Amino acid sequence: MTMTMEAPVPVFDDEATDRKLAIICSKGSLDMAYPGLVLANAALSEGIETHLFFTFWGFDIINKETMDHLQFTPVGNPATHMPPMLMGLPGMTAFATHMMKKQIEGIDIPDVPEFLELITDAGGHLWACRMSADMMHLEEEQLYERVEGIINAADFIELSEGAQTIFI
Amino acid sequence: MTLATIAGQEVHVDDEGFMTEYDEWSEDLASTLAGNIGIELTDDHWQAIRFLRDDYKVEGVTPTLRRVTNTGGIPTKQLFVLFPKKPAKKMAYIAGLPKPAGCV
Repeated sequence: MTMTMEAPVPVFDDEATDRKLAIICSKGSLDMAYPGLVLANAALSEGIETHLFFTFWGFDIINKETMDHLQFTPVGNPATHMPPMLMGLPGMTAFATHMMKKQIEGIDIPDVPEFLELITDAGGHLWACRMSADMMHLEEEQLYERVEGIINAADFIELSEGAQTIFI
Repeated sequence: MTLATIAGQEVHVDDEGFMTEYDEWSEDLASTLAGNIGIELTDDHWQAIRFLRDDYKVEGVTPTLRRVTNTGGIPTKQLFVLFPKKPAKKMAYIAGLPKPAGCV
């Protein structure tokens, strides 16, 4: 007698969803902004509570003036496989940035502002670093409006309790 | 990929229980699949599921959340309400499609 089994049901609400993730974004170049954004988005779509903490150069990602103008520089980056001497030539950063943006768009990945919108729509939390804000003389209204607040290092330690923390 | 039974009907599923044959899916099955993961389908759910089905038919891949929002016109926030915690995977499961493959 051939009897087929009842189909298995995927386990969606397992204990893994009690995970919590904190990502510290400390770099403001285009190529270093994306890893944090991609990971945050992936974690959120897995139901994981996710906090992004922007500090130092990472502030460029949430600064209204710069967030849509992050750049990629090939200077000192051996992964470009290009002669290092050429990379410092005038216009090279603009060119490399343009190429990278085109590639990102080409595989249907959102630009930085849209990515932050996606992340916060998915329930992600954005925080700005107090010390960086003070150093750069930035106020909350100069930051992307979905940043929940400017917090100090101790606040971050508190809110990341029990979280897996990634430093980028 | 194995043959298994959902709502008394023989269909092909993968190890986790995601259906693997586009044409074996039906709206009746969708209701059972949704019930399996604790979701009762409303019109809003159906809008998302139908978008997934139609988009897959054209594109050959399961749409990402971003695509369901930008092209399907359903806000991301609402997807998280309709299919709590893991909307991309839950929608794919109910729509009888593979899990989305992309990173974003």
